[in-house]
Amino acid sequence: MTDAMSSKSVDIQSARAQESAWDYAPAPESTPVVIEDRYDLFINGQFQSPRSRRWFKTISPSTGEPLARIATANEADVDDAVSAARDALPGWSRLSGQERAKYLFRIARRIQERARELSVLETMDGGKPIKESRDIDIPLAARHFFYHAGWADKLRWAFAGADARPVGVCGQIIPWNFPLLMAAWKIAPALACGNTCVLKPAETTSLTALRLAEIFQEAGLPPGVVNIVTGAGKTGQHLAANQGIDKLAFTGSTDVGRAIAKVASVGDRNLTLELGGKSPHIIFADAALDQAIEGVVAGIWFNQGHVCCAGSRLFVEESIKDEVIRRLEHRMQSLRVGDPLDKNTDIGAINNPDQLEKIQAYVETGQSEGGRLHEMSDQSLPKKGYWHRPCFLTGIQPSHVIAREEIFGPVLAVMTFRTPEEAIKRANNTPYGLAAGVWTNKGARIFEMAKRLEAGVIWCNTYNQFDAASPFGGIKESGFGREGGRHGLRAYVRL
Amino acid sequence: MSQRVDVSKTWKLYIGGRFVRSESGQSLPVKHKRHGTTVHLCKASRKDLRDAVEAATGARKTWGTASGYLRGQILYRMAEMLECRRAEMAEALAATGSATPKKRLEEVDASIDRLVGFAGWADKIEQILGGQNAVPGPYYNITVPEPTGVVGILSPDKPVLLASVSMLAAPLCVGNTTILLAPESNPLPTALLAEIVATSDVPSGAVNILTGSRDELIGHMADHRAINAISAVNLSDDMLQQLRERSAASIKRVRHERLSQPAWSKHEERCSPWCVEPFLEMKTMWHPSAC
Repeated sequence: MTDAMSSKSVDIQSARAQESAWDYAPAPESTPVVIEDRYDLFINGQFQSPRSRRWFKTISPSTGEPLARIATANEADVDDAVSAARDALPGWSRLSGQERAKYLFRIARRIQERARELSVLETMDGGKPIKESRDIDIPLAARHFFYHAGWADKLRWAFAGADARPVGVCGQIIPWNFPLLMAAWKIAPALACGNTCVLKPAETTSLTALRLAEIFQEAGLPPGVVNIVTGAGKTGQHLAANQGIDKLAFTGSTDVGRAIAKVASVGDRNLTLELGGKSPHIIFADAALDQAIEGVVAGIWFNQGHVCCAGSRLFVEESIKDEVIRRLEHRMQSLRVGDPLDKNTDIGAINNPDQLEKIQAYVETGQSEGGRLHEMSDQSLPKKGYWHRPCFLTGIQPSHVIAREEIFGPVLAVMTFRTPEEAIKRANNTPYGLAAGVWTNKGARIFEMAKRLEAGVIWCNTYNQFDAASPFGGIKESGFGREGGRHGLRAYVRL
Repeated sequence: MSQRVDVSKTWKLYIGGRFVRSESGQSLPVKHKRHGTTVHLCKASRKDLRDAVEAATGARKTWGTASGYLRGQILYRMAEMLECRRAEMAEALAATGSATPKKRLEEVDASIDRLVGFAGWADKIEQILGGQNAVPGPYYNITVPEPTGVVGILSPDKPVLLASVSMLAAPLCVGNTTILLAPESNPLPTALLAEIVATSDVPSGAVNILTGSRDELIGHMADHRAINAISAVNLSDDMLQQLRERSAASIKRVRHERLSQPAWSKHEERCSPWCVEPFLEMKTMWHPSAC
């Protein structure tokens, strides 16, 4: 992700001087995407009208315009989907791993073939910059299916001495920040291990999951192996409470995760939770500063900060505080906020109006608690849609609200430290434990910091790197269970 | 000639490396089947539990960062101490149990062997459960297991010693600190286990052993934010649901299994890495590779 963000190393001073002559020309991605007027539920291999007889609008956050109407799944619809998954389970789990693998490889290839279409759709529906959906979300979604396909016939070797059997029917609830990618993270390992699924995408970003359903049809995936039920939180509740589910996987906020865990406490069901974070990002004075600044940019402004592992607390060694703030300010002014379909856009639209309101409230609180706001000031924001300038606040104390609570927006809290011990103490002083970043050129220190930072993922001299082979997930109140790698399979097998 | 009068033992809780009475002042009477006497064990209160959590939290640094070699030696010493007190432990099993003398000794022996088994995992689990991940791009990507933290243990009454030892050693051998609540119907052997722990160089607070009412304490265990995981077997559906529901607030890991009594004797299965894995968190590190 650092690469994606660093592609533009424009000298901002000279660019400003010649603004009229040298401004960026619009570079919109062509949009060869057909969006239907209405989308139904994907149950038992078919798209079918919801029993609820209700549909809701999905809008493009960059224009505020509706894109399509999406079915609302009620309790009966969720029951249908779970039954379809249940019926498909014996056939799918008994299919040899070798054959299951081939379906997953096919799906991976189809995603690669339709990458442009999926990227554009993801950006239109979710608001993220096209360069991110094109270079990260969609290729990584394909990579997840390809990686996990290869596990399907090797499960015998994955778990030392144990016999890995499928868990059964998996209910999977995913958020709106990486819609297709999260669907792939959830579905690919589940299918590789011989489970069947009912997936509920977030209500603001259902389109690519439904396009994935078309890909399942194209790939000839047996009916009922994956079912997709769309709707808001209520649909998610029905799925979490459904007694036909053997395993529940949820990605989203810690508060909703708690509620889901409560609902799921009835009956004997496996549970994995990938929840919120307030990840610390630590820069020592001996760090390679150019790279570290790019890491901070990738850490907090990637995907408008709608990232569970966003590096939202920056701890800078006191001796380099002024230098880091100066460079960060400079780099922030060079970011381009606007049309997410424009290939030069760094920061797209905020996914939904509620989230925008929440971010704005946090920034106000941050200032009222004594923080000083530094924000991108050179560009005007588009008139329509939902936007927030990338920003950071200095003068923040660890007790301030914006240093403690997950904002899920492009807002960074900057603090300082004097000794490694203090950095570790401050960094770990949170109920969360999803990710952490450290920048230093001292090898021994990297290892000691990585060992003592309380987080599931530690990025050393880098930030926001993801891969299907790399386990991702949190400790403490950031959840439990891993996604990706051999460790990610664990949630989808009984031993 | 006067006959010598026995000096009978006062049973206590084991918290933070010390044998203490319950602050509740209440006791749990246990009728000794063979002697026909009644033994009073401490009935741990919520406050005692909180003290144990504080001790366990305090011990996380010492025990969690001790080398696997050292942890292994300390678990092995627990086996040595139990071997020395084999007869005494068999006698404790007789207090409330109904097994034959031979069966009781077999259970003690299996428990000693189980400790030896888990001692061996202390410096090997990383190699079995960790690894390097093949990511595309110029990065080193490694995953290492780390202890979850403070683990609450609700052990069953049958087989009381073997189950207590197995459920204690699994999280303990990889650096977790523990609070073991003995089964109410048969607490003596677990209470005696505290004396084994106390003489094995286990750092203060790494193992805490309570006797008391499970009904009373399970909710407090689930609620306590500094308990990171709970290990239990064969809970009733209602109790399991209560445990899971109340654990949700602190995103606690709940490990629950249904196991028959003979299952505990299968050493390879009950001492497998998959008995340890629920009490580990996988940490993944990325680092670029460049000149």
